[in-house]
Amino acid sequence: MATFRDLLAAAKAEITEVDTSVAADRIQQGWAVLDVREPDEFQEGALVAAVHIPRGHLEAQIESRLVDKDQPVVVYCAGGVRSAFAARTLQELGYRDVVSMAGGFGRWKDEGRPWTTPVSLTAEQANRYKRHLLLPEVGVEGQAKLLGAKVLMLGAGGLGSPSAMYLAAAGVGTIGIVDMDDVDASNLQRQILHNIDRIGDRKVDSAKKTLTMLNPDVNVVTYDTRLDASNIMDIIAGYDVIVDGADNFPSRYLLNDASVKLGIPVVHGSIFRFEGMVSVFHPLCGPTYRDMVPEPPPAELAPSCAEAGVLGVLPGIIGSIQALETIKVILDLGEPLIGRILSVDTTEMEFRVFNLKADPANQVTYANRDRILITELDGLCAPGLAH
Amino acid sequence: MAVTVRIPTTMRPLSGGAKQVELAPGTLSEVIEALEVAHPGFRDRLVDEAGALRKFVNIFVDEDDVRYLDGLNTAVLDGITVSIIPAVAGG
Repeated sequence: MATFRDLLAAAKAEITEVDTSVAADRIQQGWAVLDVREPDEFQEGALVAAVHIPRGHLEAQIESRLVDKDQPVVVYCAGGVRSAFAARTLQELGYRDVVSMAGGFGRWKDEGRPWTTPVSLTAEQANRYKRHLLLPEVGVEGQAKLLGAKVLMLGAGGLGSPSAMYLAAAGVGTIGIVDMDDVDASNLQRQILHNIDRIGDRKVDSAKKTLTMLNPDVNVVTYDTRLDASNIMDIIAGYDVIVDGADNFPSRYLLNDASVKLGIPVVHGSIFRFEGMVSVFHPLCGPTYRDMVPEPPPAELAPSCAEAGVLGVLPGIIGSIQALETIKVILDLGEPLIGRILSVDTTEMEFRVFNLKADPANQVTYANRDRILITELDGLCAPGLAH
Repeated sequence: MAVTVRIPTTMRPLSGGAKQVELAPGTLSEVIEALEVAHPGFRDRLVDEAGALRKFVNIFVDEDDVRYLDGLNTAVLDGITVSIIPAVAGG
């Protein structure tokens, strides 16, 4: 019968141990860092950028967290025992280059090497966001990013309703809402933030009630006003992402110019009857609204949804896609619709993606941001530009 | 030998309700003229009085915006799909 010492000696015979200074060099060279301690130990302090998988979950989780088995890994625990066993397990799973750090986090910390206190969630948050935490692309760090993010909704109507609700549910920590309308019974066919008890209330107040009841983690900031040239810069400054759910062209151009000036990405959604489109206009790395629509159509060719109708479910689909793209931008996840337009035709249920490029004639760019003048726009929505 | 022009719902009254129209290949300009002959009214929706593409309608040849290709001179070859996407502002 083998003793603990026999098992440890057998494990150590099969793996490579390095001291903390060699480990530090390897980490500097780009080796991945794996922490196999228990969650409470990890929370009190860990190596910077360590991937945390408690040893009990190692076999089940490692292949989804460290996908490339050719990526070399430094494993550590508190003192070097658990990491020795973990290193052997990694080798058995086919990881090619694995070392265990002798002395573990204890020695690392005692030697005054750099470490950090990992972001943490409360027990309630860990439960609420459990299904996000299970996604390696989100995890605790991603969830903490969402909780720290600030998203502004332009409009608490058809598009703003589903996007605000999903963003609040996802734990986006600050949601600003700009709207100047009252809740009307005719809104309830599609604007799911509101309900019959709220008819006659201000939309921003109704939205705040709904979102706060859905997720008390969210700080809902309301702007009960019409967005115009005099207030837009003050309202949007400081937000990380803006969800454009406006219902008219002048507001969309005004938002474009102000967001380009400040370099804030806008997740655009627009709808008409049975069709909609979504794009992400990121002034720092892609085309923007004026590149897609250099001029608005004349009023007779562009009736509003109030005049021409809209199927109630359509904004639910388009607004939900906007929420998803917003989360992708916040988490730097996948490929957001930057430089692409998603066009949705629900009558045929066809989704198509088209490419969009910057228009060389468009001067409303982030590079020209100091020349952009935020002024009231006329019918042609021509931009204000200083010479 | 044909190209397919996809008609957005807002313009289907002009095409008699058809969601797509098959036309002969050519330049985009020729395709629009052929569309105008088949269904009068399209030229005015896509091209302004000066003969330039309207700035509130995006026309894509397969996935690419013709504004960044050769505009009205863009070649629309056999088998290509032209998509018309008008700007809408509803929210």
